[in-house]
Amino acid sequence: MQALYAQLLVGLINGSFYALLSLGLAVIFGMLNIINFAHGALYMMGAFCAYFLLNLTGLGYWPALIIAPIVVGIFGMILERTMLQWLAGLDHLYGLLLTFGIALIVQGVFQNYFGSSGLPYAIPDELKGGMNLGFMFLPIYRGWVVVFSLVVCLATWYLIEKTRLGAYLRAATENPTLVRAFGINVPRMITLTYGLGVGLAALAGVLSAPINQVRPLMGADLIIVVFAVVVIGGMGSIMGSIITGFALGVIEGLTKYFYPEASNTVVFVLMVLVLLVKPTGLTGRAA
Amino acid sequence: MKQKISALLFGTALAFCASAAVAQDKNIKIGVLTDNSGLYSDLGGVGSTLAAQMAIEDSGLAAKGWKIDLISADHQNKPDIATTIARQWIDVEKVDILMDVLNSGVGLAVNNVVKEKNSIMINTGAATSDLTNAQCTPNTIHWVYDTYMLANSTGQALVKAGGDTWYFLTADYAFGAALERDTTAVIVKSGGKVLGSVKHPLNSSDFSSFLLQAQASKAKIVGLANAGGDTTNSIKQASEFGIVAGGQKLAGLLLFVTDVHSLGLKVAQGLNFTETFYWDLNDGTRAFSKRFSDRMKNKAQPSMVQAGVYSGLIHYFKTLEAMGGNVHDGAKVVAKMKELPTDDPLFGKGSIRVDGRKLHPAYLFEVKKPEESKGPWDYYKLIGTTPADQAFRPLSESACPLVKK
Amino acid sequence: MSALTDDTLPASPRAVRDEMIVFVIMAALLVIVPWTGIYPFFVMQALCFALLACAFNLLIGYGGLLSFGHAMFLGTAGYLTAHALKVWGLSPELGILFGTAGAAALGVITGYVSIRRQGIYFSMITLALSQLLFFVYLQTPFTHGEDGIQGIPQGYLFGIFNLAKPTTLYYVVLIGFLGGFLVIYRTINSPFGEVLKAIRENEPRAISLGYKTDQYKLLAFILSGTLAGFAGSLKVFVAQNASLTDVHWTMSGEVVLMTLVGGLGTVFGPVVGAFVIIAMQQYLAGFGQWVTVIQGVIFVTCVLTFRRGLIGEIAHFFRRSL
Repeated sequence: MQALYAQLLVGLINGSFYALLSLGLAVIFGMLNIINFAHGALYMMGAFCAYFLLNLTGLGYWPALIIAPIVVGIFGMILERTMLQWLAGLDHLYGLLLTFGIALIVQGVFQNYFGSSGLPYAIPDELKGGMNLGFMFLPIYRGWVVVFSLVVCLATWYLIEKTRLGAYLRAATENPTLVRAFGINVPRMITLTYGLGVGLAALAGVLSAPINQVRPLMGADLIIVVFAVVVIGGMGSIMGSIITGFALGVIEGLTKYFYPEASNTVVFVLMVLVLLVKPTGLTGRAA
Repeated sequence: MKQKISALLFGTALAFCASAAVAQDKNIKIGVLTDNSGLYSDLGGVGSTLAAQMAIEDSGLAAKGWKIDLISADHQNKPDIATTIARQWIDVEKVDILMDVLNSGVGLAVNNVVKEKNSIMINTGAATSDLTNAQCTPNTIHWVYDTYMLANSTGQALVKAGGDTWYFLTADYAFGAALERDTTAVIVKSGGKVLGSVKHPLNSSDFSSFLLQAQASKAKIVGLANAGGDTTNSIKQASEFGIVAGGQKLAGLLLFVTDVHSLGLKVAQGLNFTETFYWDLNDGTRAFSKRFSDRMKNKAQPSMVQAGVYSGLIHYFKTLEAMGGNVHDGAKVVAKMKELPTDDPLFGKGSIRVDGRKLHPAYLFEVKKPEESKGPWDYYKLIGTTPADQAFRPLSESACPLVKK
Repeated sequence: MSALTDDTLPASPRAVRDEMIVFVIMAALLVIVPWTGIYPFFVMQALCFALLACAFNLLIGYGGLLSFGHAMFLGTAGYLTAHALKVWGLSPELGILFGTAGAAALGVITGYVSIRRQGIYFSMITLALSQLLFFVYLQTPFTHGEDGIQGIPQGYLFGIFNLAKPTTLYYVVLIGFLGGFLVIYRTINSPFGEVLKAIRENEPRAISLGYKTDQYKLLAFILSGTLAGFAGSLKVFVAQNASLTDVHWTMSGEVVLMTLVGGLGTVFGPVVGAFVIIAMQQYLAGFGQWVTVIQGVIFVTCVLTFRRGLIGEIAHFFRRSL
């Protein structure tokens, strides 16, 4: 029974990564209608960014938490300005293919320069060590990840669903022409939104750098799982993807307890089941 | 009469041509087939091509009138691409010998092509011990390591050193299962005990729950029967969960110096595993590695896969020289290579067995603590050596059809 | 939703004539390959992928359904054929039949699940299903995990044709490819194909006209899956191995790339695309580490500059249907 509690907690930790990543995807899909296949590559860039900040400029983990998302976010905005914006109004497929291509390029370039086995990144000193919870040994860093990502997720949700800026954004996706007529620069808002989504991916990358090896392909397989999370939660639904992200982590944790071999696959089973019962995902709007 | 003479002349001319072709053909073409762009590119990749280049230079054959060509290609870890390239190399490019060919699936696929075309493969990168077991061929030599050897050496040496209870983290596919099975057999034979194991899916990003189970088992050794990113991630997270700090030891069953380099000593310290080559082993390896890393873009030291390419080619060149020329007959050359003893500065003296297994000692290393390391790439302490004749699968257990029983 | 293939001309006699001419040229070019000195194994492999891409194109180009899991058919048929040949010692024709039938059965099941959803959801379900199958194949003992099934005997087709001879094998693969191609061509120009196109353009209207669109889509899905499986079975004889790369999702991505480069919804586009991509993988292999980057660049350029693909742009320029 103790082991089960431990798995649940561990699941929650993984869930926070899923939540952060799927949140970014959901924001981008909801506002730009683009399936951002480059998300995994941008997540990887976030982790690399943290590494470079530490090794080239000496800036540690804490500044990286802020700087890396901004740097990668700017990179994302350049992508949006130069490429993605030309796809507005076309089929989803083209956005998916374009970002898939971008992911291949980014991963390939990083692989060329930094090799495949990756680079080390240590846990910041303030968060080293762990505590014994009785039923498990909890590294402090993991606890930090859960709390921090929860806060970020909720803040993003608040920004989009409850503030004036968020209201403009939502309006701009519903009816861009009308919002433009009110004197709001819609293309700029869309660019910023893409930057925000990408920044969230980079943030997840920084968070995971001390836990996972910083490798060029670290996001390549993760992206498929995160997609599944977004689909289960309902494409474009902010709260849906946050909740599903955490929930999926927990379910995966349970699977690891009962049938560990299947823990990477359970998400796809869930996805098929959910889509069969409720095509638009758990919280999705009707297509 | 006239006819007779011309026939005679023609005959001698023919004979002369033929003997020239057989005995004095001094052309060699080498193909390095490796992963240049994927997961294993640090292990082989451009470093393998460099090692081959160095072997050609060091052989001194060019000065003796030999003409040696080197080509390389990226098999992208896809057996299809690898077999097509291999076929084309052998048929069109007239490649005599294929080197590296890492990745087990790719290695086995190319193994079949090489046999069919009577060419030569010196495999230095694939882990599967099937290459010299059930699927052995008269055309393939498996040079550096295999799963059986890794399990055998690591398991035996650690049990001897007091690590008699084990818990496995096993990647859930054939390769992981084979590693776990072979290691378990060795542990039990040496008087140790396996307390349990947990299977994790291939390419997991999170190992914490598996590590928790390993921690709870209280086994002295946590064996990692996985590879690549799975291994490095599990090591990194084991350090986070304080597995080593809590008194348990980590044993990697398939780990390379490039992995340790990428993990950093802080995380990797205390890790045990087996390799057959380390750059800092003796003067010979140091001299080679110095020259190697000077020519690498990122100044990396050679991995054992890359070292194997060098060592294998040196022996191949020696054999051809002993034969007086290149006969372009894979099986014949390989047979001769098996006859001759091997000797090079990297792997020392050794031999090639009838099943194609290259024999040399296996070394059990422990990763140094950061304060013990004197500089970049100074990572290992040698803690045990398994002699060449005990490191690999004995012929009596072999399923290789070339082994006469 | 803006259509993926914006300017397919209606099947006019002229269009059909054009297509037949191109088909004959293509077939003639392929027939003489063994005498040109082009390496036949490369062409054979490209043909198998070309058939796979054509099968995929049937769904996306004519049915408007983007499957992101077509590798599952390729891989499943490959594994089944390989197993039948190697372990059961079946003859090549039975092996192909077994593999293709397996893919067809898989098509029925997965089609039943996925066809009820559209657009991006359809893509995601097919992706999820192929990931499930990847997991299955990683686990089941008969596939030998990452080692794959190796050294598959090629045998004698119908007991006569020795498939171990490259030229014989080449013509067998070529006939298989042309046969599959004609089946697809016939399908898209049949009344069934017309209904499919109608569904792609406007599904609600097709429904209101009384067509049971789900049945049409399911049938197209099964047909596409079966032909993709047929390609997978043929490929076993060429590569002589069956491995996990054929069921991995990146393979599904490659099929999409091939079709996109050649031209979605064009008859010959997927063939051209497959040749381009396979040639790239083979001939760029010597370039060292840049293969994936170059692939990515092609993806991006295709989407940004010539969305109709190579053949699609040519057809558009000459106002012809190809």
